[in-house]
Amino acid sequence: MNTETNVLVLENLTVGFDGFKAIDSLNLNVRKNELRVIIGPNGAGKTTLLDLICGKTKATGGSIKFNEKEMLGVPEHEIVRAGIGRKFQTPSIYENLSVFKNLEVSYPSGRSVFGALVFKCTPEIKHRINAIAEEIGLSEALAVDAGQLSHGQKQWLEIGMLLMQEPDLLMLDEPIAGMSVRERELTAALLNRICKGRSMIVIEHDMEFVKKIADKVTVMHQGKILAEGSMDQVQLDERVIEVYLGH
Amino acid sequence: MHSLKEWMNRNQISGLALLMLLLLIVFPMTLDLFRLNLLGKYLSFAFVSLGLVMLWGYGGVLSLGQGVFFGLGGYCMAMFLKVEAATAFVDKMQSTPGIPDFMDWNQLTELPLWWLPFKSLPITLIAILVVPAVIAFIIGYAMFKRRVGGVYFAIITQAVALILTVLIIGQQGYTGGLNGITDLKTLLGWDIQTDSAKYTLYFVNVLLLLVCIIGCIWVQRSKLGTLLLAMRDKEDRVRFSGYDVASFRIFSFCLAASLAGIGGAMFTLQVGFMSPTLIGIVPSIEMVIFAAVGGRNSLLGAVYGTLLVNFGKTYFSEQFPDLWLFAIAAMFIGVVLVMPDGLAGVYRNKILPWWQSRQSGTADGAVREQT
Repeated sequence: MNTETNVLVLENLTVGFDGFKAIDSLNLNVRKNELRVIIGPNGAGKTTLLDLICGKTKATGGSIKFNEKEMLGVPEHEIVRAGIGRKFQTPSIYENLSVFKNLEVSYPSGRSVFGALVFKCTPEIKHRINAIAEEIGLSEALAVDAGQLSHGQKQWLEIGMLLMQEPDLLMLDEPIAGMSVRERELTAALLNRICKGRSMIVIEHDMEFVKKIADKVTVMHQGKILAEGSMDQVQLDERVIEVYLGH
Repeated sequence: MHSLKEWMNRNQISGLALLMLLLLIVFPMTLDLFRLNLLGKYLSFAFVSLGLVMLWGYGGVLSLGQGVFFGLGGYCMAMFLKVEAATAFVDKMQSTPGIPDFMDWNQLTELPLWWLPFKSLPITLIAILVVPAVIAFIIGYAMFKRRVGGVYFAIITQAVALILTVLIIGQQGYTGGLNGITDLKTLLGWDIQTDSAKYTLYFVNVLLLLVCIIGCIWVQRSKLGTLLLAMRDKEDRVRFSGYDVASFRIFSFCLAASLAGIGGAMFTLQVGFMSPTLIGIVPSIEMVIFAAVGGRNSLLGAVYGTLLVNFGKTYFSEQFPDLWLFAIAAMFIGVVLVMPDGLAGVYRNKILPWWQSRQSGTADGAVREQT
């Protein structure tokens, strides 16, 4: 495989808590512009894997290479600045701030203490906030306190906040959990739009949704990769049916 | 016109104007000098409350050791005044004339090296701001970089307050011990004990407070203020938006420390002494009560809270010398139970909506009468 087109390369990644290995010698490559979906039963280590990549959990062994740079041991904010964005499972937004402020705070300038003191919201930044709000369907709600948004809108807002940072790799942890059917359709369309020009890793349980968005699917089980391939290939895999999809 | 009104609202201009009206005109004209001097003393604590609003209300980090920084600022000023007093009013009875009296009593024969910078007023003024900030930076760096926060941080700051008190009391020859640094007379030859000096110092204090409030409003309205709020509610989201959370916490801790330092220096100037009883655990907790009663999210509220609690304290201690501590405690518990956002919260959630509904009510009435 041509390694140059890989954005993210995980090698022998391992993390253990008290002897239990949540992630066990895991190898994974994500290519440029790829939308990868990770599925697997509860406790397979999916969320832990994202935690490791974004630095929230420290790996006990192995390596995480992002754009050919080692990310293991790099502080979280540096990993974000390198171009990895992470959406949490439950909507993680600033409830007391307006939608506009939520997006503004996520804009990648004025990140130092002094920079934040003298930060000015320029017309370009306003333009960008409006464009992102349009993308996530919240143009009308810019002045609203984020806490008053519906659950689905909160999820979109958090995705919008990540888009403000223009990450090369976007990681979403169960983005449609708790959404209505209509909201799921809109989210699928949104993900299909925003995946252009960047790589994405999405954790999801809803197979219909996965089919709509995935380029390639990775199945995890007990901290290891069980199978990898297109949705059709994976669905026919005996072991996957055994541990996850069911008969 | 509309945008001017909005700008004034946003920057709390009317509230600030009212506070200044009270402090610069109403109180000086109605209170006698003794009470006005007391008010000045209370206002020196208001600087600490401002810092707590920034650190605790905005940043979500509770420090129970702000007395440390108040004390550091106060001691810097006191050391300068003491050196001046010792050289200007040389006591020939001392075995080593020309050094502060308490040093002489403790068999010191010359001014310690670290006292020398306090011979210069400019260095002292810088030290009042910088020494508290540097100590806060060291504590903050050690704590926040290791992600120590919440209750643990509060306990550690309280321990620091205790350590500083013990240190000052123990090093009597260098610090004046339990008595503190007393008998401060002049500032660059200007007698600070005269009536006119007390008036002047009061107004200097009020104007400095105004400058500090405006500075804090500016910080709150910057992106940094937004980030502090964001961090208070969703620390991880801020971190995973590419911000080094610890450095912002350290900044707000240093800011609060410098503000407290200014307050300490103004206290020393107006009261005429500085002692370890003003900076330990109990005073530090009292400072948190000032901010809590006023409203930890509101700069102006915290100033009113400081004044109210201190007036209450003076009143209770004059009327019921045995009971005043209980009264203060009851006030604190009452405020926390009944109005969690303090006086400012009551104003914002109860009085302001009532006033606005009354206003619009009369406006509607006027329109109806016309038609």
